Amino acid sequence: MPVLFGFAAIIAIVATVMAISRLNAVHALLYLVPSLLAVAVAIYALGAPYLAALEVIIYAGAIMVLFVFVTMMLNLGEASKRQEQQWQPGRGWIGPTILAGLLFAAFLVSLLRAGPPTAAHYVGPHDVGLALMSTYVLGVELASMLLMGAAVAAYHLGVAVVGKQQKAAETAAKVGTP
Amino acid sequence: MTHMGLLLAAVLFVLGLAGLLARRNLLMILVSIEIMLNAAGLAFIAAGAAWNQPDGQVMFLFILTVAAAEVAVGLALVLQLHHQTKSVDADRANRMRG
Repeated sequence: MPVLFGFAAIIAIVATVMAISRLNAVHALLYLVPSLLAVAVAIYALGAPYLAALEVIIYAGAIMVLFVFVTMMLNLGEASKRQEQQWQPGRGWIGPTILAGLLFAAFLVSLLRAGPPTAAHYVGPHDVGLALMSTYVLGVELASMLLMGAAVAAYHLGVAVVGKQQKAAETAAKVGTP
Repeated sequence: MTHMGLLLAAVLFVLGLAGLLARRNLLMILVSIEIMLNAAGLAFIAAGAAWNQPDGQVMFLFILTVAAAEVAVGLALVLQLHHQTKSVDADRANRMRG
């Protein structure tokens, strides 16, 4: 398991570095998918197989499909790539890298003080389900309400855009065929 | 082993933070937020594995829910902004009126 975890960690870090530094949004999304899959393998190696499966289904599946779909709808072409090159002159990364490095140093200090390393325990789907439906049942209900609210909000924000585009297309068709 | 999990979570979180600060493309900002949320969930899983408790995995499930809701609303906002300004530049949003 430690070897599996090491491989997955290396793949995840490299793929994430590529994902945040690509100029083309589609390339970044395609690098993010292996990153999320590698994190799923790391979660499996840590002894949480149920959550590893959910990571693949929801993160690498549903959320990535949503991203790719919106990227295709926006249809960002060569012009946006040139604009990205103007936005990213290279030295724009200096400040963020220093700040992120400081945060990472703080993480490292707190990790080194955390005491001796412990072995990863296997916690199966059975225990997770029991905890989810007994101790955290209120949280599950709230999560369902949150998802419902998000669906309604996304519909209301998106229907204006799609409706306007349809109306424009209809008027264009009327003008085109008198 | 669990220390390595926490270390990986820290590295991924820091990478997401750097991307969030450096990029101006709204889509890439959302991607960076996803990376950071994922790293936070990984830290919860590592902690749950260290203490032999299912609570860490339950927290990851809630983070998954929040990430899904956030990305749905965020992408709808990006579509709306792109429709009005013909750009995915985050700085364009400061010209909104009303």
